[in-house]
Amino acid sequence: MPVSHANGQPRWRRRTPAAVLLAWLGWFAVVAVLAFSWQFISERTIWMFVTDAPSQGADLLARMLPPDWAYTGRLWKPLWDTLNIATLGTLLALVIATPLAFLAARNTTPALPGLRPLALLVIVASRSINSLIWALLLVMILGPGVLAGIIAIALRSIGFIGKLLYEAIEESDAKPVEAIVATGASPAQMRLYAIVPQIMPAFAGISVYRWDINIREATILGLVGAGGIGLELMASVNVLAWGRVSMIFLLILATVLASEWVSARVRAAVT
Amino acid sequence: MSARVWRRPPMIADPRLRWGLSLAVVVYLILAVGSLEVNWQRVAEGLERGAAFAAALFTPDFSSRGADILEGFLESLAMTFVSTTLGLLLAVPVAVGAARNLSPLPVYLICRGFIAISRSFQEIIIAILFVAMLGFGPLAGVATLAFASIGFIAKLLAEDIEAMDPKPLEAIRATGGSATQTLHWGVMPVVLPRLVGVSMYRLDINFRESAIIGIVGAGGIGATLNTAFDRYEYDTAAAILLLIIAIVLLSEYVSGFIRGKLR
Repeated sequence: MPVSHANGQPRWRRRTPAAVLLAWLGWFAVVAVLAFSWQFISERTIWMFVTDAPSQGADLLARMLPPDWAYTGRLWKPLWDTLNIATLGTLLALVIATPLAFLAARNTTPALPGLRPLALLVIVASRSINSLIWALLLVMILGPGVLAGIIAIALRSIGFIGKLLYEAIEESDAKPVEAIVATGASPAQMRLYAIVPQIMPAFAGISVYRWDINIREATILGLVGAGGIGLELMASVNVLAWGRVSMIFLLILATVLASEWVSARVRAAVT
Repeated sequence: MSARVWRRPPMIADPRLRWGLSLAVVVYLILAVGSLEVNWQRVAEGLERGAAFAAALFTPDFSSRGADILEGFLESLAMTFVSTTLGLLLAVPVAVGAARNLSPLPVYLICRGFIAISRSFQEIIIAILFVAMLGFGPLAGVATLAFASIGFIAKLLAEDIEAMDPKPLEAIRATGGSATQTLHWGVMPVVLPRLVGVSMYRLDINFRESAIIGIVGAGGIGATLNTAFDRYEYDTAAAILLLIIAIVLLSEYVSGFIRGKLR
């Protein structure tokens, strides 16, 4: 117990002097890093622009209102593309991520050394790169368009779905597996009859959850040329047509809320 | 009498719903795939570039644009730290306001509304607006990430506050504690571990996001990456991507480690 002695009397203290010093050093380090970071940012900022930010903001708001309602007619096709990017991208990811999850799960991975680490590596690499960066890469490779968007969404989703699915597989009950194996089932039959029924609710939940996220992400992929409503957004921002921009924002908001509602309903139904 | 054969029960019991859904899915897929406009010639040309990029992943070039890369990463890290701190400081009052057990209804509704707005839009969309307001550069990025962090941290923290045991609060109020004293001695000790955990998580997210909002001019490594792609400098782009993956993995590990310690 940390005790200090004042006037020969022992007094209780909350921390030892060393712990107090360490805590102070920790706070000092945090504040120092923040101060350096702030200075770094400040040097790269044109403060003249910042001082008139309130008037700029008010101006922006004035230009955004009212939204350009007539513009909606031209947004249905991009919106349809956005939905397709998200949905087809999710489907493609499911097709690839499901076998990957079986390879990555400790209890279903084939007895081949190196396969499981490889599957985990694919999952981690896919997860750590944002879909917008994948889109940037794919637009460069495949050219602008919806196809780049679909593949970008799929590449990012593989890691997400794969990770959650392999965790679900690892958490599945071992008893049905044992029972099925005892009937003389092959490894493939074991997976199909013992594991698949157990992870089906998780599978449905994860897919719909990722689909919901993908709808959000698909709305912005167009910023780098990968199709969908983001293309219109970028075009409107570039010509400073803020009334159109706010119209697109409203449409994106409505789409996101709708997909969130669908996803919440489906997840409530399967769990 | 013919032998009875076991069949797996279908996932959807009602046959009309089952066939209806299957038909809807097929029709949708035909429509969706039919509306894809793919320039296959461009794709075929692209495969060559894809191969070149894949090869570049094994020969990343850190040095020829070394200064730009370093600058971009320092900017991303600085943005991450400042915006997370700012977001954290501003999120705490919003979270208290958005906890129904601490705040009156009007304050609750305002704070919840703010959280909903902050969470509905992607960071990059908010970044477009802040770049228009504050000009190009990392400050717009800081504003964006801080704004997004407020909604994220405040929502999780408010849920934690609402789930807490009401008895300590009652005890402190019974001793005559003021509202600030209730917060300091009743709420804070309960939610502090969670707050630290959520902030660590957000720090991680903010770094990832700081790598992309540069695409619309809000500073960070994203701008450098975008330029590298525009110039078809595969080796530089590969180097940046590998560094992003490394830092994300490191920060995920560190943030997971700290959150594990707190539990």
